[in-house]
Amino acid sequence: MSERQYKTVHFTLNGKPVEKNVDVRASLTDMLRNDYRMTSVKKGCEVGECGACTVIINGEAFDSCIYLAVWAEGKEITTLEGLLGPNGELSDIQQAFIDETAIQCGFCSPGFILSAWEILNTGKEYTDEELRKLLSGHLCRCTGYENIFRAVKKTMLRRLGKEAEAEKVDKQGIVDKKERVPFASLDPTVQA
Amino acid sequence: MYDIKALYEATSVQDACRLLTEHPEAQVIAGGSDVLVQVREGKRAGKELVSIYMLDEMRGVSIDDKENIRIGSLTSFSNITKNPIIQEKIGVLGEAVNMIGGPQVRAIGTIGGNTCNGVTSADSASTLHAWEAIIEITGPDGVRCTPIKDFYIKAGTVDLRLGEIQTAILIPKESYDNCFGHYIKYGKRNALEIANIGCSVNVRLSDDKKKFDRVRIAYGVAGPVPMRVPTAEEFINGKAVNKKNVEQFASLVLKDINPRDSWRGGKAFRQHMAVEMAKRALIESVKKAGGEVK
Repeated sequence: MSERQYKTVHFTLNGKPVEKNVDVRASLTDMLRNDYRMTSVKKGCEVGECGACTVIINGEAFDSCIYLAVWAEGKEITTLEGLLGPNGELSDIQQAFIDETAIQCGFCSPGFILSAWEILNTGKEYTDEELRKLLSGHLCRCTGYENIFRAVKKTMLRRLGKEAEAEKVDKQGIVDKKERVPFASLDPTVQA
Repeated sequence: MYDIKALYEATSVQDACRLLTEHPEAQVIAGGSDVLVQVREGKRAGKELVSIYMLDEMRGVSIDDKENIRIGSLTSFSNITKNPIIQEKIGVLGEAVNMIGGPQVRAIGTIGGNTCNGVTSADSASTLHAWEAIIEITGPDGVRCTPIKDFYIKAGTVDLRLGEIQTAILIPKESYDNCFGHYIKYGKRNALEIANIGCSVNVRLSDDKKKFDRVRIAYGVAGPVPMRVPTAEEFINGKAVNKKNVEQFASLVLKDINPRDSWRGGKAFRQHMAVEMAKRALIESVKKAGGEVK
């Protein structure tokens, strides 16, 4: 690039209106990390596969690594930092990740938690299969997903006032073995 | 930072046409889930981009005055799946695009981008072929429409001329009225996967649900571009809904498809899958239409 090209973008970051002059070549990940020090937004694969860079844009989870920073114009963006209370209190889903040991190295956690946040904010009760599909945009190489899944499921049940059911979600009993159909997408009787 | 030479942001469809005419080497970027990945890979590095992502006029699903379903090209996969018009009239399209990538990719990926990149494995493409979608293209000289089968020229190449962008995908009433479809994607994983082969079938049954009034079937990854399989369709149209006809229909797909050997899957394997998928997708479509294959 012979001449640098900049553009001023205005958006809402974690509830606060902000504006920034950004290099048009920047990804949203670049801008959030470098200009706003939102280091919960991780640089993982940078091609939209691993989900480590996930942020919430206008209520929906996006991979910020394949999103131009200039597209932030007029958007409401939430990063993991935005989930904390005014005095740094953890949100219910963050606490659940701790309680269920859904974290090892922690690199995938911000992304997973933000996708979970979007899922939980719908206020719906999902089946195990639906939850798995909704969380499928994240890769975790440490935990084997079971603890993450349990943290999300328990929080979902708790928000729906089903405390007793949440307590019953134990280590082994998450998924009925029968539910796991190989090549589920091929079987017309199974909803993908 | 992406390795891009310059970024031109279109402020309207006409502005996009103008920018593309002024910069003939520039690449259009809609959601960017293909283009930005290719920039990272180096394949499209150092190029000029014309961004149309901010053009909200190209988003959303509606029924136009001719009763076509009109899907704006920038409508994201997740919005297609959630849309009530899609769910009611062409539910299979919402189901098909719900199998692309993962949730975050479906939030950014657009149906226009999925068709304009011209790849055979695009999950929306087989369904759009099977429902005989019309592609609306806007250029410097106005709007033109082309059937989707003519829009795909060859692998990676679609019928877009200098200064033109795809602005909408239309499904005519004749094509969706009373039709029910099913899409099957085969991949090694259930998420973040590119189709090894994909099959989309839809049926319109006779009033008593005993006869196939019209069956349409299309594949992705059964050839260099998504394709219909006319021999099987001709055979089954007007025939009775029964197991024998369904089996015969499924075996006839081999007359028209031409999958290749690739690292993703062998030709023989894909042929085998194609037959099985045709059968299962047809049975499921009949079920959705209120019939039963006995």
